Amino acid sequence: MSNHLKDLKLKIWRQSGPAAKGHFEDHIMPEISDEASFLEMLDVLNEGLIGENKLPVVFDHDCREGICGTCSLMINGQAHGPERSTATCQLHMRKFKSGDEIVIEPWRASAFPIIKDLMVDRSAFDRIIESGGFISANTGGAPDANLIPIPKSVADAAMDSAQCIGCGACVAACPNGAANLFTAAKIAHLNLLPQGQAERYKRTEAMVETMDEYFGSCTNHGECEAACPKEISIDVIALMNKDYRKSKLKNRKEISRS
Amino acid sequence: MTITLNSKIPAGSINDKWNTYKEDAKLVAPGNKRKFKVIVVGSGLAGASAAATMAELGYQVDVFTFHDSPRRAHSIAAQGGINAAKNYQGDGDSVHRLFYDTIKGGDFRSREANVHRLAEVSVNIIDQMVSQGVPFAREYGGMLDNRSFGGAQVSRTFYARGQTGQQLLLGAYQQLARQIGLGNVRMFNRTELVDVVTIEGRCAGIVTRDLVNGEVVSHSAHAVVMATGGYGNVFYLSTNAMACNVTAAWRAHRNGATFANPCYTQIHPTCIPQSDPTQSKLTLMSESLRNDGRVWVPQNPDETRPASQVPEAERDYILERLYPSYGNLAPRDISSRAAKRSVDSGRGVGPLKNGVYLDFSDAINRLGKDVVEERYGNLFEMYERIAGENPYDMPMRIYPASHYTMGGLWVDYELMTNIPGLYAAGEANFSDHGANRLGASALMQGLADGYFVLPYTIGNYLAPMLNKPIPGTDHPAFKAAELAAQARYQGYVDIKGTRSPDYFHREVGRIIWDYCGMERTQQGLEKALSELPALYEEFQKDLRVTGDTESMNQTLEKAGRVDDFFQLGMLMCRDALEREESCGGHFRAEYQTDEGEATRDDEKFAHVAAWEWTGDPTKSIRHKEELNFEAIHLATRSYK
Repeated sequence: MSNHLKDLKLKIWRQSGPAAKGHFEDHIMPEISDEASFLEMLDVLNEGLIGENKLPVVFDHDCREGICGTCSLMINGQAHGPERSTATCQLHMRKFKSGDEIVIEPWRASAFPIIKDLMVDRSAFDRIIESGGFISANTGGAPDANLIPIPKSVADAAMDSAQCIGCGACVAACPNGAANLFTAAKIAHLNLLPQGQAERYKRTEAMVETMDEYFGSCTNHGECEAACPKEISIDVIALMNKDYRKSKLKNRKEISRS
Repeated sequence: MTITLNSKIPAGSINDKWNTYKEDAKLVAPGNKRKFKVIVVGSGLAGASAAATMAELGYQVDVFTFHDSPRRAHSIAAQGGINAAKNYQGDGDSVHRLFYDTIKGGDFRSREANVHRLAEVSVNIIDQMVSQGVPFAREYGGMLDNRSFGGAQVSRTFYARGQTGQQLLLGAYQQLARQIGLGNVRMFNRTELVDVVTIEGRCAGIVTRDLVNGEVVSHSAHAVVMATGGYGNVFYLSTNAMACNVTAAWRAHRNGATFANPCYTQIHPTCIPQSDPTQSKLTLMSESLRNDGRVWVPQNPDETRPASQVPEAERDYILERLYPSYGNLAPRDISSRAAKRSVDSGRGVGPLKNGVYLDFSDAINRLGKDVVEERYGNLFEMYERIAGENPYDMPMRIYPASHYTMGGLWVDYELMTNIPGLYAAGEANFSDHGANRLGASALMQGLADGYFVLPYTIGNYLAPMLNKPIPGTDHPAFKAAELAAQARYQGYVDIKGTRSPDYFHREVGRIIWDYCGMERTQQGLEKALSELPALYEEFQKDLRVTGDTESMNQTLEKAGRVDDFFQLGMLMCRDALEREESCGGHFRAEYQTDEGEATRDDEKFAHVAAWEWTGDPTKSIRHKEELNFEAIHLATRSYK
């Protein structure tokens, strides 16, 4: 049976628009079931705010199953809150106790400008994918799917990286606001597979350089890995760096001929 | 406007129809394609694959999504897999068998020609996705692995752990991103469709609202594709993402597109039961779990022992008992009803006695924990995070929940609605799943429509329009639609009542779930049809939306969506009331066998009901498209 938490002290970041000055606003959540998810707790808060004729807190969320990557939130200074490998939408109130103070902030990174309250603009991630995070295979004319056997270990490793949900926790957790884990996860997914070889070095160069346009630099803190709800390993960053160095040293036209 | 429902099914044998169509379809020369503008609304599997493919072909494509990125679309949440008639396992699969299973699974209420085409192109989807780097599960020899799903006796489901939808959507998203990067697609994020504009009988474009600044803008095009998903959130509690809504399809309907079979909704058997009244969303547990999990309830309604201490003899393995040949892999509608009846008979499990067990202890004993973890590890973790119980030690508790909607915009063989130039793809259309969708078929249909159907059929529509001018956004019809949309959203803010949109959503959802959910009766539906208009009137008088229309306002977005759910809900109940038979997900208690199985009435109801908007959802006009079965004999569905 569910228990109820009492008297949670919420400190929530409010900011009316990208250029506005933000501030923390205090709220008390008198009671909430420990079966409720963190976002359901915010739903209850918002319902109350509408009841008081106030503006509800704006935050991004959608699937609430930890897969779409829409939700965000720094909770007590941790991206996606205290539970390891869990996105905010899958965090439940049973991880907190009565009387706790909970500080809720948006992702903070210069590449993710705040739209309103806790909602940020992560479209810089899309720019990275648009620059090379794909395999150019137009629809139609694909060979039979079993034509190229892929060793299970390779497919599994590619899948480990491909799990990235694009939430941005890695950037928010990084003291430099770097997007190396996000970028490297996509590069590792595609560069490990036989299908990804044709564009391997072109892809790596383009994605890394687009990343550098928007985001800070990686200095190996490892905060990204700890914050990642999908537990993507920072090993992928080493793979990316290796392929980036190669892409710069070698003549890419020669590589594609070999 | 007179409605004509011409399904445009090509002549010839079922095996030849699609080839014949493609051979006869008109073409647009490569250099002329850039003269055509196509709008795609929605960026899920159907939308992203259609947009990317048409951009590759050379059309100018504009894509709209209300998400912050096209990669967020709800296709991403599909877990279990995607069907394809590859017969890689050599277990007797074929295009015909997939076609037959899908028609039968849909309880003989889908259009044969569309379903056969779906089965034909299913094999191309797997090839295409693998060539794009989708990391499907592999066997040690490097070949693709398969598993089985409900309603099939072969293993034809391809999967990527429990995240197949994610990997397919990201594949399609990456292909779309490539076209955005190349400048062939203009992408509009955080932009919601608020109206569809028709001029002189053709779809001329759409009106959108920018969710960040509230700006209402018109966009004209030669053709518009609605790839906007289903309406399962009408039930309030569902496995759909929070933002899934019917607004885009509903606005098309209000502008003349008929809405087909709205009462065909799918209640998925394996979701985590509700644990608390504040809950706003239910979570699905993949159907693939039923490959190894066994569904049971205690024989004794007063059972209090933990599951592991209930002796075998005192357990009722409901699906294995009722449907021995398919067992735990009986189709979704049948499995859901079996679970509901167990709970209704007082034998439910869990603190609220609102679930049935899905037990893996046999599988763990037979295969070992490692193998079970390899197959379902991430699903087990997800369950533990939500329910706070470890499924390796105690069985999962599951209960049915709204998951998918088979009904949707009526489309012909070309996936065009009855409005020329307006198409619907994926879950937004009604065409392929009849009255019940089989597992792992939604991903297949979304990608089939987007990759392999629309690029051919839209070309056929566009070719004769070459070098003919189309109405621009300065046309009075666009201006009128913009003003109406602005007035609509301002109207919600101006009501200044006392109740939030969520309050009304919960209430409308409760009525629909109670009377138009897993089991429907004439009396219940009539009750819903008297309660809904009264509640709708209250909504129009007592809604409260704080804030304004010119900035990011999630309450305002919700208000518009709930408004449309009200209207759709009324139509659903009418459709359910008029369909005096039971078929698939539509179960009317009055029409069942002595054993409680659905009884179809093929004499009177072997047709699609397509509804025409009249201005009042309780007075919509019902049109029929008769379903003709030439390749398959109508039969009583049996999974015993």
